[in-house]
Amino acid sequence: MDWRVENDTVGFSLNGHPVSPRPRVGERLSETLRERLGARDVKIGCNAGDCGACTVLVDGDPVCACLMPAHQAEGRAVETLAGFMQNDPLMQQLADSFQAHGAAQCGICTPGMMVAALALLRRTPDPDELAVKDALGGVLCRCTGYRKIIRAVMEVGTTPPPPPTGEVGAAIPRLDGLAKVAGNELYGDDVAPARTLEVRLIRSPYPRAGFTLGGLDAYVAATDGIETVLTAADIPGRNLFGTIPDFIDQPVFAETEAWFRGDPVAAVVGTPEALATLDPARFPVTWDERPPVDDVHEAMAPEAPLLHDGREGNLMCAGLVQCGDPEAALAQADTVVEGHYRSGFVEHAYIEPEAGFAQMADGRVEVHACTQAPVMDQESLADILGTDRSQVRIIPTAVGGGFGAKLDLSVQPYLALATLKTGKPVRLTYSRTESMQATTKRHPSDLHLRIGATRDGRLSGFTFDGLFNTGAYSSWGPTVANRVPVHASGPYRVADYRSEAKGIHTHNPPAGAFRGFGVPQAAIAQECLFDELADTLGIDRLEFRIRNALENGTPTVCGQVFDQGVGIRACLEALRPAWDTERTAAAAFNTQNNTLKRGVGVAAGWYGCGNTSLPNPSTIKSGIRADGTVMLHQGAMDIGQGANTVIAQIFATALGVPVDSLHLIGPDTDVTPDGGKTSASRQTYVSGNAARLSGEALRAQILSRVNASAEAQLEIHTGTIRITDRGDTHDIDLTALPPDAEGYVLRAEETYDPPTRPLDENGQGIPYAQFGYAAHLAVIEVDTRLGTVKPLRFTAAHDVGRAINPLLVEGQVEGGIAQGLGMALMEEYLPGTTENLHDYLIPTIGDIPPIDTIIIEEPDAHGPYGAKGLGEHALIPTAPALLNAIRDACGVQITKVPATPARLRAAIREQSHDR
Amino acid sequence: MHYFAPTELDEALDRLSAGQVRIVAGGTDFYPSRRDGAPQTDLLDVTRIAGLSGITRNDTGWRIGAATRWSDIAQADLPRAFAGLQAAAREVGGIQIQNAGTVAGNLCNASPAADGVPPLLTLGAQVEVASANGLRTLPLTDFITGVRRTALTGDEMVTALVLPEPPAGAVGSFEKLGARRYLVISITMTAALIALDDTGRIAHARVAVGACSATAQRLHHLEAELIGMTPDAAVVTPNHLHPLSPIDDVRASGAYRLDAVAEQCQRAIKTAGGSDGLAG
Repeated sequence: MDWRVENDTVGFSLNGHPVSPRPRVGERLSETLRERLGARDVKIGCNAGDCGACTVLVDGDPVCACLMPAHQAEGRAVETLAGFMQNDPLMQQLADSFQAHGAAQCGICTPGMMVAALALLRRTPDPDELAVKDALGGVLCRCTGYRKIIRAVMEVGTTPPPPPTGEVGAAIPRLDGLAKVAGNELYGDDVAPARTLEVRLIRSPYPRAGFTLGGLDAYVAATDGIETVLTAADIPGRNLFGTIPDFIDQPVFAETEAWFRGDPVAAVVGTPEALATLDPARFPVTWDERPPVDDVHEAMAPEAPLLHDGREGNLMCAGLVQCGDPEAALAQADTVVEGHYRSGFVEHAYIEPEAGFAQMADGRVEVHACTQAPVMDQESLADILGTDRSQVRIIPTAVGGGFGAKLDLSVQPYLALATLKTGKPVRLTYSRTESMQATTKRHPSDLHLRIGATRDGRLSGFTFDGLFNTGAYSSWGPTVANRVPVHASGPYRVADYRSEAKGIHTHNPPAGAFRGFGVPQAAIAQECLFDELADTLGIDRLEFRIRNALENGTPTVCGQVFDQGVGIRACLEALRPAWDTERTAAAAFNTQNNTLKRGVGVAAGWYGCGNTSLPNPSTIKSGIRADGTVMLHQGAMDIGQGANTVIAQIFATALGVPVDSLHLIGPDTDVTPDGGKTSASRQTYVSGNAARLSGEALRAQILSRVNASAEAQLEIHTGTIRITDRGDTHDIDLTALPPDAEGYVLRAEETYDPPTRPLDENGQGIPYAQFGYAAHLAVIEVDTRLGTVKPLRFTAAHDVGRAINPLLVEGQVEGGIAQGLGMALMEEYLPGTTENLHDYLIPTIGDIPPIDTIIIEEPDAHGPYGAKGLGEHALIPTAPALLNAIRDACGVQITKVPATPARLRAAIREQSHDR
Repeated sequence: MHYFAPTELDEALDRLSAGQVRIVAGGTDFYPSRRDGAPQTDLLDVTRIAGLSGITRNDTGWRIGAATRWSDIAQADLPRAFAGLQAAAREVGGIQIQNAGTVAGNLCNASPAADGVPPLLTLGAQVEVASANGLRTLPLTDFITGVRRTALTGDEMVTALVLPEPPAGAVGSFEKLGARRYLVISITMTAALIALDDTGRIAHARVAVGACSATAQRLHHLEAELIGMTPDAAVVTPNHLHPLSPIDDVRASGAYRLDAVAEQCQRAIKTAGGSDGLAG
């Protein structure tokens, strides 16, 4: 029998129920599922089959819903995560396993992962690791490093019960994890009602171009479904945004000249149908392409066009740290190594593109979007809209990965302007290409270092000159310029030091915050040169580091002396057993193999938690209602790293109640105080301290009401708190207490700001109240004929002060290693060339080997319960450890990352004159 | 605008003759290549056409239906001569892509880096093409004419690949080189089909390379020289690679490709010849 579909309904079964949507011809199944059938558990990460987030089963087989014409589903059975969670016990077990193992961090890839895993488990109930990798190789994850996903799939059905109370130190599953594994979590693109007006940006196709807009009214009138067009003329306030007060220099819409490929000049607001078929080439703009400056050396040349008035030589700003007399020390050193290291743009490549929804509510602008910094968004939008902060409400959605780029505004100003102008709800989701073109990147670096050492293996003189390509606008470039010189020494005692980092503008996308703020680039150069130094001196490479490691009481390059909490030596020493056994094993392997060569590399890193010498407060509010409900206003954005869980564990411990008795309220700017931005590895430390103070203050209020001692036990029941103190019990009748405007009968709001002090003109001072420390060991295998690198194993030692949640610590370490591995081996963003996830490669499940995480707990006096930050530390040692392992394996020093097969093979050939 | 999903070939061919219709099958290249504002056209879904999917054997050889999915090829029970094709099938994107993408789609997309082409070249594939005017069959080498270009005319579609019976005892292999595991566009790839005589010497050799020229190429000169050699003795020289003209692109330089593909050819030959590709 013949059947055809002619722009008509398509009948299929969705999660066992018959449905009959009416998609457009050529509409993707993913769009039909999400927008016509409400299946928002199907996530869209790339619309190109590159990420697998939209994986569904069609007649039992996993496919990318973004690549299937909706009409092709006719007569078929389509199943998604949310459906399986309703009716499939195996999927429910898998959800338990994902939760127990911490296999979901941000959770945006989780529906795709779980659906693909279910298809595997149905065919292969007890899969080995290779089978899991083969089955999940089509789904990208940017958070977890995949190892916990592999375990969760392999150990399905054997989930152990979680720890009972969840106090500090307990490896409990994430408190917000259930929604992620059930497909219920709502991300930036998931909150807008179907059929909401959409916004599409008109972006410069050139790195630098003048432009003229013309006939916008006529264009709107002539184009069906277009509501309005937005340009700079529609901005009631200031057409600028940024992140650092003296560097607010990025226009919402370019006004005369666009400065990077993707710089927006206008926005079209229209119906989904109109925008689905919108041809941007028909938009009335004429471009005048002009010669761009592409790299830092070009930009610093006297004849280069200046991007920003007053920034001579296109120098955004520079940071400097110096102490002692580095030139004299280098002259006295027994050996000096020099190096020139380079790296390119690195893309954050979170699987959730920037997305959001906005509406007018009671005359105010309300923005629901993925973000790492809701209160900064609110302040920036108020500035752009020319209004008071109180007129802007930010209600963050769940965030499908951030890693720094969601600290900056992206969709928010366009959403706010569009809803303000139309008075209607609007939504905007960046395409993968837009997300890659227009949001911030890791800074390309061009670094010159000289490091000296004496015969006995002590460092003697260190200079660092770094140029960082900060792109067209400043974003977090000043932070990179200031942070790098503080960190470029690595966690070592360097008495004679000079380090300068300059941010240089070019016609490229703004380089901003990306996990480590320039420190990972600097660490590559420093740690690779340390291996050269150690080898020249004939000292074991690990021993050389241990010999120079910072300790309590020794000053950093900023002259800061910690009398406690310096854990780098412990991290390095923890690697010793693996270093010895892996080196021996690699040597044995190499005697048996000519083409494949194994190597072992080690590298260390440190990272100061919080802003560099700037105020950096967090506030945490908590309250108890008359019915006994304990509310925690948790304003520290959880972007997958686990703040919702860690902050709650700290608060619950301070208050003295089980963590599962808390009710969390998220970072809605109307009801939750500012938890600060999720950046600089500060949430566990800074917001954690605010949570501890809030919990302690609430507890003190309770205890003081009954004159109980600090050791008293609390039990909170409906309407009552029971205090047991030295055998006595006291009850507080909560219903008898007067509630405040928010309904709280008891409340506490506390702020913590790290004790730092400004750096002087030589960078001397107290930049951070605490550092965290890390050392990684990588074992790799080089295919010397092809130049490919296969990582075999990592051992990662991290001093976290106190592991508030060891499961989440491991998750951060594994995810950081995956990103460091990507940076070392495969990732380079080339504007105009690698604007998708098949030309820009990030590690897949097949690239990440087993990772052994060693948690070191050297308590920090400032940290809550001794805890230190971790998020960024996790990737800093990874890339240099890999490069050092490559050098160990085949003797070549890679000085430009990524070490692609072509680059590594070229270096091997050059070394061996193998023609 | 219409979406046609005929179950009979004749109707599909009539639609094609009428013009203004674009073929869609697995969608795995169709959607990623769509640009914003591309003209909307009628779509012809060929995946429901009777007899267009599946692998069958007949007197002269094998027939692989145009709409056969890569996962069907990967999972099929086939002689070892198809091992290279099956290995390639498992490298086309991830499982999701293999469950949707079709073998003919891979050819019609005509990417220089199409994973399916080198093994099909080693198997001597012919492409069966149909239009309302009838059938024609042409060698795969003549079907793909350039980067994103094929010999298909507007009213034609591929209906099958026709493969001769491989030589007795022949074994196929496939080597893929990319900067990561899974979901990766090949930097270079090589397929080999090797049959040995009773003394362990090469009696039949086919070697084809992808991503090193506008269209994948067989290395005829190398194939001829391999006859009579043991697989382990195979040495690939620049002269053998003469048909290749690799370019510099985001994945690698052309010089690297030539260097790597020589090694890859040796490994593919050794693997198909029954030894460890890395030996030596």
